[in-house]
Amino acid sequence: MAKVVHSRKACSVNPLKMSQPIGAALAFMGLRGAMPLLHGSQGCTSFGLVLFVRHFKEAIPLQTTAMSEVATVLGGYENVEQAVLNIIKRTKPEIIGIASTGVTETKGDDVLGYIELIRQNHPDLRNFPLVYVSTPDFKDAFQDGWEKAVTRLVEELVEPPANPARRDPTCINVLPGSHLTPGDIEELRTIIEDFGLEPTFLPDLGGSLDGHIPDDFTPTTIGGVGVDEVATMGDAGWTIAIGAQMRAAAEALEKKAGVPFRLFERLCGLEANDELIAFMTEISGRPAPAKYRRQRGQLVDAMLDGHFHIGGRKLAIGAEPDLLYDVGSFMHEMGAQIEVAITTTQSPVLEKVPAEEVVIGDLEDLEIQAREKGCDLFVTHSHGRQAAARLKIPFHRLGIPMFDRLGAGHKLSVGYRGGRDLIFQVANLIMADREENHEVTTETWRNPWGPDSAEPAPEEAGAAIATSLAN
Amino acid sequence: MTSLSATIQDVFNEPSCAKNANKSEAEKKKGCTKQLQPGGAAGGCAFDGAKIALQPFTDVAHLVHGPIACEGNSWDNRGAASSGSDLWRTSFTTDMNETDVVFGGEKRLFKSCREIIEKYDPPAIFVYQTCVPAMIGDDINAVCKAASEKFGKPVIPVNAPGFVGPKNLGNKLAGEALLDHVIGTVEPEYTTPYDINIIGEFNLSGELWQVKPLLDELGIRVLSCISGDGRYNEVAASHRAKASMMVCSKAMINVARKMEERYGIPFFEGSFYGIEDSSDSLRELARLLISQGAPEELMARTEKLIAREEARAWAAIAKYKPRFKGKKVLLITGGVKSWSVVAALQEAGLELVGTSVKKSTREDKERIKELMGQDAHLIEDMTPREMYKMLKDAKADIMLSGGRSQFIALKATMPWLDINQERHHAYMGYIGMVKLVKEIDKTLYNPVWEQVRKPAPWAKPGESWQDKALAQIAAEEAELAADPVKAEQVRRAKAVCICKSVSLGAIEDAIRDFGLTSVEGVREKTNASGGCGACALRIEEILEAGVVVGQPTELQNVAAE
Repeated sequence: MAKVVHSRKACSVNPLKMSQPIGAALAFMGLRGAMPLLHGSQGCTSFGLVLFVRHFKEAIPLQTTAMSEVATVLGGYENVEQAVLNIIKRTKPEIIGIASTGVTETKGDDVLGYIELIRQNHPDLRNFPLVYVSTPDFKDAFQDGWEKAVTRLVEELVEPPANPARRDPTCINVLPGSHLTPGDIEELRTIIEDFGLEPTFLPDLGGSLDGHIPDDFTPTTIGGVGVDEVATMGDAGWTIAIGAQMRAAAEALEKKAGVPFRLFERLCGLEANDELIAFMTEISGRPAPAKYRRQRGQLVDAMLDGHFHIGGRKLAIGAEPDLLYDVGSFMHEMGAQIEVAITTTQSPVLEKVPAEEVVIGDLEDLEIQAREKGCDLFVTHSHGRQAAARLKIPFHRLGIPMFDRLGAGHKLSVGYRGGRDLIFQVANLIMADREENHEVTTETWRNPWGPDSAEPAPEEAGAAIATSLAN
Repeated sequence: MTSLSATIQDVFNEPSCAKNANKSEAEKKKGCTKQLQPGGAAGGCAFDGAKIALQPFTDVAHLVHGPIACEGNSWDNRGAASSGSDLWRTSFTTDMNETDVVFGGEKRLFKSCREIIEKYDPPAIFVYQTCVPAMIGDDINAVCKAASEKFGKPVIPVNAPGFVGPKNLGNKLAGEALLDHVIGTVEPEYTTPYDINIIGEFNLSGELWQVKPLLDELGIRVLSCISGDGRYNEVAASHRAKASMMVCSKAMINVARKMEERYGIPFFEGSFYGIEDSSDSLRELARLLISQGAPEELMARTEKLIAREEARAWAAIAKYKPRFKGKKVLLITGGVKSWSVVAALQEAGLELVGTSVKKSTREDKERIKELMGQDAHLIEDMTPREMYKMLKDAKADIMLSGGRSQFIALKATMPWLDINQERHHAYMGYIGMVKLVKEIDKTLYNPVWEQVRKPAPWAKPGESWQDKALAQIAAEEAELAADPVKAEQVRRAKAVCICKSVSLGAIEDAIRDFGLTSVEGVREKTNASGGCGACALRIEEILEAGVVVGQPTELQNVAAE
């Protein structure tokens, strides 16, 4: 049981955290023909835009209400109205998702009220999907913005089933957390379809940000789940929610349409996927396809091969709560010791992280503690690269943003295959690091016992303490 | 007789080898190695052995004369470490083609030497002969001689084509190449009364450097290490050492003995694996140096250093005691000297449930017999299900063994640690033992085991291969219990001497028919224990147990078929 503590610093240095509105924006990007709109100043949008462009290496649809100083003070109704009208005129979206920002929340703009007014003033927009989510920058973090946006999408778009007694048991809703990549979504889609079920993902980044070349240029998202498809999610037999952050959305769906849900807090690692496969077998009534039996064997084998390298590593990991819990636990199961765990926001899963404590903090905390505790494996998003370089320890990039390597959208952690590939990536980093930085020399064992002659070297003592945590 | 076969005969006639001394003249001729069995051999060839033995010479260009398979398929596969040149890791081969095979590859070999010298300028080139050029009659000795004269650099022929025998023969042939062409060709810049050679140590994972600081502290100079982190000019001048240590394996015993003969350098066989073995080896080095004229005070300094290092190592190991309480280790060692490793593990609080038979006490042997029913090196011939049953019966928490049993141990989801040649960690000397204990701790407490032992979602009880293996074994045992004739057949068919493929039945028959009373007698009649000799203890036990007499003749006949 990890103790959850807040970093006591006034000044956040090298932040790990990103803001809520862009988390909400990314969720909106999982809808087909969507245009996310941040209600705030231009900068709010352009920073998010650049971040996603660098991460996904794709054109990103993201608009702004471009609040000026005067508009901010007087209230942003005109800006929201103009933005909606312009976006519809220029890009013909199927949905506009509006997220507030720090600026407009500080002012206290009543965006829901604005939307009512817009619908009144423009009768042709009466039924146009305009979904608003309140995401002040000064509260919570990226994953919370995603969570709130998805919940709002459910509340606004899902229709109660025409006949609750006649659900379609082959239709499955999937509510993936923000920690899943488009590649993860595709993997889950394959798994679910292999059981003869039809999944609807909300949001579906697998269709929109998987980096495919579209047939046609479109200024909105180039794929994702359609508004019409979301509307029928109420008819599905089950909802699968992935990551604790998706509980609220799953509950909203259950409340609105009566669809029962099963929450998977983890989908990285052997046990988590055993649970998923068992659940799929149960709800589909079909045995697990031979493919997954083989893949499970591959994962077990990868775990055995990988434990020689990952085992005993002292891990410093910085990630949003669900990602931290999922991948951190998997690394723990591979024998790594989580010495430092830094995250961005509160979550019920934090205390389940197999570490002594989880700090809601920044990359400076991660770096300092990693140095203090002699960590030799560093896992966080790309902004950790400088710290890793200073620490001279192997660095595995995890989460958003990952701007200095290609393929961020296709990194896989879910499914038996995802675990297998993750092991290979991390173990290979460790092997490469050993070759590059830790070749033994004639001096390696010159003074092996440490300063106090009868004591083992600090390395030995540290390992003993670290491993005692495992019990 | 060609010069190569003469060399091989000479190598086999090794007077310093205790096992060899026990053999009859005819057996000595057959050689000290297991005869290769078509379809049943997995080890490396003589070329492989020669390359392994010499490749750790770091500043030498190692040129393999042969088609691409010999070098192209095998290069850069050893974890020896270098403190100087990296040239040894650059791969050179003549990559013979069809034309070379038809017209001979000598010209290509000569040109290759020229190119290497022009581009890399090494202090020497070692040229390795392989099967194909040996078959077509390429005379590498002549080419090397010509190249040496032409380029003014030592170009050393290493005549160990793969087909002449197995890996350990190659080790020895490599030693012969050193003796014939290298050792004694250079004079050292200076000598001291503390100069030693270490022979047969390859500095895998840099483990020599776990011990070298201690030698440095004592003022003992490693004049040459053959061949770990070795340099050409050092080995060439190694004939001026005062004493030699022959490390562990008998791989290069011919080098040690012939250096004693030719240059009067006494040697001993020692090991730096384990705390007590390390101390013994240091003592022995000091003793030999003193007998060669080093000051007496060396021994006192050595004892002081030993006392200090032992105290540190035991203290560091003792810290693991609480964590190892009640944990059991299955130790199966092939090559590594096991006894002082055992002592260290026991000191750390681990309970041993099995070890290799050599050097074990009677009590340990009884336990091993209970667990495995046979000599521990049988493990290499075990099927995965038999291995699994053994691990399960032993209730061991971790297995320590050589690399070959790794995959079976891992598939049986058994924590496993490599303590053989291919390992990644260095376990030499005092600090090495502490490292080993630490690695055991790390492996033992890795949560991965709990994970991988979980049944698959589709698993039904009794359907995993583990359950099936146990059920199958139980069924077979039940069947044998019900069928005494078959049981007797199976009992008698059990191999006692793996090397010479001699069954228990054959040995019992020989004992009965000839009234044998000694291992030597059994060896003479059945050839059992004529190979590696590890089964001698087992044969002793068979002799002690007494052969069951008075069985109905038909039954015996049936059983013997």
